Amino acid sequence: MTHRAETLRPTEDHPLLRVALIAIALAFLGAFLVLPLVTVFHEAFSDGLAAVWAALREADAQSAIGLTLITAAIAVPLNAAFGVAASWAVAKFDFPGKGLLVTLIDLPFSVSPVVSGLIYVLVFGLQGWFGDWLRQHDVKIIFALPGIVLATIFVTFPFVARELIPLMTDQGREEEEAAVSLGASGWSTFRRVTLPNIKWGLLYGVLLCNARAMGEFGAVSVVSGHIRGLTDTMPLHIEALYNDYQYVAAFAVASVLACLALVTLTLKSVLEWRYGDEIAAVHHH
Amino acid sequence: MAALAPARRWRNPSALPGFGLSLGFTLFYLSALVLVPLAALVIRPWEIGWSGFREVLADARVVHALLLSFGASFIAAAINTAFGLLVAWVLVRYRFPGKNVVDAIVDLPFALPTAVAGIALSTLYARNGWIGAPLSEHGITVAYTPLGVVVALTFIGLPFVVRTLQPVLVEMSREAEEAAATLGATRFQTLRRVVFPALLPSLLTGAALAFARAVGEYGSVIFIAGNLPGISEIAPLLIIIKLNENDVAGASAIGVVMLAISFVMLLTLNLLQAWSAARK
Amino acid sequence: MSLTIDSVSKRFGSFEALEGVSLRAPQGAFVALLGPSGSGKTTLLRILGGLEFPDAGSIHFADLNWLGVPARARRAGFVFQHYALFKHMTVAQNVAFGLTVKPRRERPPRGEIARRVEELLALVQLEGLGKRYPSQLSGGQRQRVALARALAIEPRMLLLDEPFGALDAKVRKELRVWLRSLHEKLGLTTIFVTHDQDEAFAMADLVAVMNAGKIEQYGPAHDVRSTPRTPFVLDFLETRAN
Repeated sequence: MTHRAETLRPTEDHPLLRVALIAIALAFLGAFLVLPLVTVFHEAFSDGLAAVWAALREADAQSAIGLTLITAAIAVPLNAAFGVAASWAVAKFDFPGKGLLVTLIDLPFSVSPVVSGLIYVLVFGLQGWFGDWLRQHDVKIIFALPGIVLATIFVTFPFVARELIPLMTDQGREEEEAAVSLGASGWSTFRRVTLPNIKWGLLYGVLLCNARAMGEFGAVSVVSGHIRGLTDTMPLHIEALYNDYQYVAAFAVASVLACLALVTLTLKSVLEWRYGDEIAAVHHH
Repeated sequence: MAALAPARRWRNPSALPGFGLSLGFTLFYLSALVLVPLAALVIRPWEIGWSGFREVLADARVVHALLLSFGASFIAAAINTAFGLLVAWVLVRYRFPGKNVVDAIVDLPFALPTAVAGIALSTLYARNGWIGAPLSEHGITVAYTPLGVVVALTFIGLPFVVRTLQPVLVEMSREAEEAAATLGATRFQTLRRVVFPALLPSLLTGAALAFARAVGEYGSVIFIAGNLPGISEIAPLLIIIKLNENDVAGASAIGVVMLAISFVMLLTLNLLQAWSAARK
Repeated sequence: MSLTIDSVSKRFGSFEALEGVSLRAPQGAFVALLGPSGSGKTTLLRILGGLEFPDAGSIHFADLNWLGVPARARRAGFVFQHYALFKHMTVAQNVAFGLTVKPRRERPPRGEIARRVEELLALVQLEGLGKRYPSQLSGGQRQRVALARALAIEPRMLLLDEPFGALDAKVRKELRVWLRSLHEKLGLTTIFVTHDQDEAFAMADLVAVMNAGKIEQYGPAHDVRSTPRTPFVLDFLETRAN
């Protein structure tokens, strides 16, 4: 027969405490995360499905959706290419200034989105460094698609690089060196040896990059000029509708982006669960 | 035949090709898209001279906006530190149904566009909102006040502390806690003197990340804040207002201040991470 | 004052870690629990230390119902294989820990604590290293800090879980000799878990050979070594691992 003073092991917390802490954590997360999410859908569908559909089919909404998609379609592949190039340089070679390079790549995460847009206005805007030249040649960057794309690129370019650099560093150089010693060219080596090893990390980075690219608001707000039907991306269109008191329409468009967010989160979880080790050596957000 | 990169004396020659191309493209991309525009930000404010710069920053409205951005970010980061620690602990140490879903949803502020979060929070905390209404009955107004700013910034910074702590908690072996128990410590003493100090560097790193993110935040704040000058107007919004007024120099003056803070935060974070690594 | 373990059983899920284990040892004995991994020796040690609880059985030590005493009141000094030192504290703070967490009434004054820490550091031959951090010490030094820390609480018994497992061969041999001489000096009841038979027979008075949750043979060291009584023990002693 055992006589015990307590049945709790020293590293376990008291069951009551556990329940209390779980309850508080869930309440906090519920209030700050779940409720806002539910609000989006609740408000969107408060006038029924027809209203949502109408809001999405409206002309300005359609052009906003189109602009968002085009921006992402340009920015994400470019940033993916950058991410791959930067990771290749950083992971497979040693050179002075590597640390500085990596820090620079992290830069947009520390910079306010509004500042991210401001810097392009300072270079390409009417009073910008190239302002006169652009005006003379009738090239529009600010208040047009190129500006929006640039600002989006700035804000999202770290995502792919940050995923791939630790991953490729962790994977080392041996496989590539083996391939080269067997006579493979650079591109061949990359395509047939490196790429298969990083494909899940790349997908993961692209996923995050895309989510951010489609949702970016602050930076695009500065460079777009808010011209309805022309330079409004989806987030800007949401803002316009909301400020116009068209709440149902605003939330309708917002719910599309919210769905995108949920899909992103789900895919992210699935990728992490199934391919955890192939995604990141060290995870820092 | 493999295309070998030219061997240079300042780096170890590597058998792998593509160094020139990859580094070249990387540097070009970074310079064109990042460094040059940032340089513009650093240089432009001085067009109005040092006194002009000081004038912009001395304006009451600007001072208030900066104080609000920093103050609210600090409070939000503090809230996230406390609750983030709790959430991370619960997620790592306990088991309960639906834990995986809860774990995934912590990332929502990362994935959800800020404008969507902004209008949702604004509606939620409005006088007739689901949370705003009961609060309002107790005399607490969130929308259109600095409190609203804090709420929005808490949302945006929530994942940082949790995600920074989780891997550390996972890796932390229980043996130190067991050792403390065999040496006579109560559970509380163990948590306070053994567990918490071990988590402190990561906790501060997460807090700094949350703070840095919150300071520059725009989209999730402007709807709930109401943007009343001198009351609930944040610095990033002021930058936009000045741009709309064609006061490019003024906008860039504020922008430079925010950029300077970003650099300080980056530096702090690097130091914190070095401290964290030295402890191992 | 002896240690009596009576029919202790423990299972983890469907895995039977210990099956009706019984053992007696006199006060001040040096007992080695010897066996391959999975034999239950560490589980038994952790039960003695209060880090696990058995499903059945009883344990008595120093006239106490041992299982009725919570871990933090047992004063069973536990030394872990990977030291489990508090990395954010200095060596001196580590060693002093057991003294500083005592309830106010029982806690010695600061000067007294500092003196005892110095004494213990000298005992484990680490004098002068009080202000260092664990990360600045070698493996062998860290283990000696862990030992000093466990001794600081004036333990009733000393429990060591493969304490030299993470160290290289030369350091292991040195520490073996040193630990045995420490035991002779202090006379503490010591339970020592290992899979290394050279270690067990070099240090222990009594050896229990364990396998799959049971004690195969238990007795004075030279007895067990010269007269294996079961096929497993014979086999185990013949295979010279490590």
